[in-house]
Amino acid sequence: MTNPVFSLKEATVTVPNGTTIMDHLNLDIYPEDFITVLGTNGAGKSTLFNVISGDLPLSSGRVEHNGEDITAVPAVKRTAFLARVFQDPKLGTAPRMTVAENLLLAEKRGSRRTLKNRQLTAKKLEKYYELTKTMGNNLEDRLQTATGSLSGGQRQALSFLMATQVKPGLLLLDEHTAALDPKTSDQLMAATNHQVKDNHLTSLMITHNLKDALTYGNRLIVLNAGKIILDVRDEEKEALTETDLLRYFTR
Amino acid sequence: MSIIVSSISQGILWAVLGVALYLTFRILNFADMTVEGSFPLGASTAVALIAHGTNPFLATIAALFVGALAGLITGVLYTKGKIPILLAGILVMTACLSINLRIMGSANISLLDQKTIFSLSFLQDLPKYFDGVVLGLIVITIILGFLMWFLQTELGQAFIATGDNKVMAAAFGIKTDQMTIMGLMVSNALIAFGGAVIAQNNGFADINMGIGIIVIALASIIIGEVAFGDLSLNQRLVAVVIGSIIYRLVLLAVLQLGFSTNDLNLISSIILAIAMMIPQARKYLKLDKVLHMGGKAHD
Repeated sequence: MTNPVFSLKEATVTVPNGTTIMDHLNLDIYPEDFITVLGTNGAGKSTLFNVISGDLPLSSGRVEHNGEDITAVPAVKRTAFLARVFQDPKLGTAPRMTVAENLLLAEKRGSRRTLKNRQLTAKKLEKYYELTKTMGNNLEDRLQTATGSLSGGQRQALSFLMATQVKPGLLLLDEHTAALDPKTSDQLMAATNHQVKDNHLTSLMITHNLKDALTYGNRLIVLNAGKIILDVRDEEKEALTETDLLRYFTR
Repeated sequence: MSIIVSSISQGILWAVLGVALYLTFRILNFADMTVEGSFPLGASTAVALIAHGTNPFLATIAALFVGALAGLITGVLYTKGKIPILLAGILVMTACLSINLRIMGSANISLLDQKTIFSLSFLQDLPKYFDGVVLGLIVITIILGFLMWFLQTELGQAFIATGDNKVMAAAFGIKTDQMTIMGLMVSNALIAFGGAVIAQNNGFADINMGIGIIVIALASIIIGEVAFGDLSLNQRLVAVVIGSIIYRLVLLAVLQLGFSTNDLNLISSIILAIAMMIPQARKYLKLDKVLHMGGKAHD
């Protein structure tokens, strides 16, 4: 097997009150892995994402990116290879900026922002029109609208496009469809699946939807008390059923 | 007539403060109290320098730098020291009182018989108060031009995004602390610059000239917004300038009613309070209309 893109080695996080919220966790993420992450509330799913993104420092252990130790690299620097879509549609976009302005901002993820003109040209707008059209929710007609007045589904679709516009080395999807109605949620999930496959993205997706966790991705992990208690891939994952998974939630 | 020209000239000169405060109050989304310190800081720096024989243009430029320094301190206290922004601003504002006394050596300095930026010969040839209008227009045009250019750069857009959504900005690699500090520095540099220009227009700098500054600057922002409604960012900046002029004209009207200049701060606060309540009042008025229409409104 190829080398992992991203690894956590004996990663441990102990919060000031003494509770260990991540417990000697080991995880190797390989190129083009699409990992669905399950676990009860408090199992450590958000902790896992915050450790990967660099928002939460480790108490002990190591974080590696392409074999390089990045444990001490701050969150803002990790954005050079890492993109994230949040659960709350409000978190992923700048509400008073237009859809096009948001996309333009996202284009410079992780790179230096200088005193050059932002270059929101007609050509760019055309490109954004084609890009937003792929989401199938009329986002393309609202390029000049302030993001704050979009629907939750459109905002979340935009967040997703912004995260993937510059191909990230690792994409974190933090229950990104959970705040949406079932139909919109399914739509975005299908679009996500397409993009991840077509662009050969490596990604982790937190979800509470067992069906989604089984349908999408090539690998599935279940967290409990800051540890990975199940890690299956390919045929093994395909053989899993919802009943199998539920057992991991009742212990 | 001349008092109206005087009011317009004051409106244009003071518009610098409204435009500068817009960067923090509307774009970064917080009220920066530093301005009550950086305004007299710029004024005292420039006036003290001029009184010691410095070229008035260099003295005015110097105000930009001391203002930026004040903004830098507030910004570092807020972002790195985790002091709430309101308190960080008040700390720097209070500290400035002592600094300003040190700079001036006394509670006020007069510029009587000193050359100022208003001593330019072409300004002297203008009718009374028109020097303020002309110089004010030149200054505000340069500042608006600079801001309109800056806000459309990649860095400017990162700055706007920081104020709009810090979490999102950080997730896209924008250094939000740096953006916040930069905004405070540019804003306070411009406020101090405004202080330097206004002190030269008044002919003196006074230790108390910062009191109530934030209310005046906010009034021009809010009046501009109430008067013009939904606008693009560039148009909003121009609206602040017009708001500042309207504010001065309203003030003039109120003074004509027989209030004394001692009542100025009270009147400023009342004008701002009223301007800020207008959107709310509009809502209620619309609600009244709906009530009058009875059941028709709900279909």
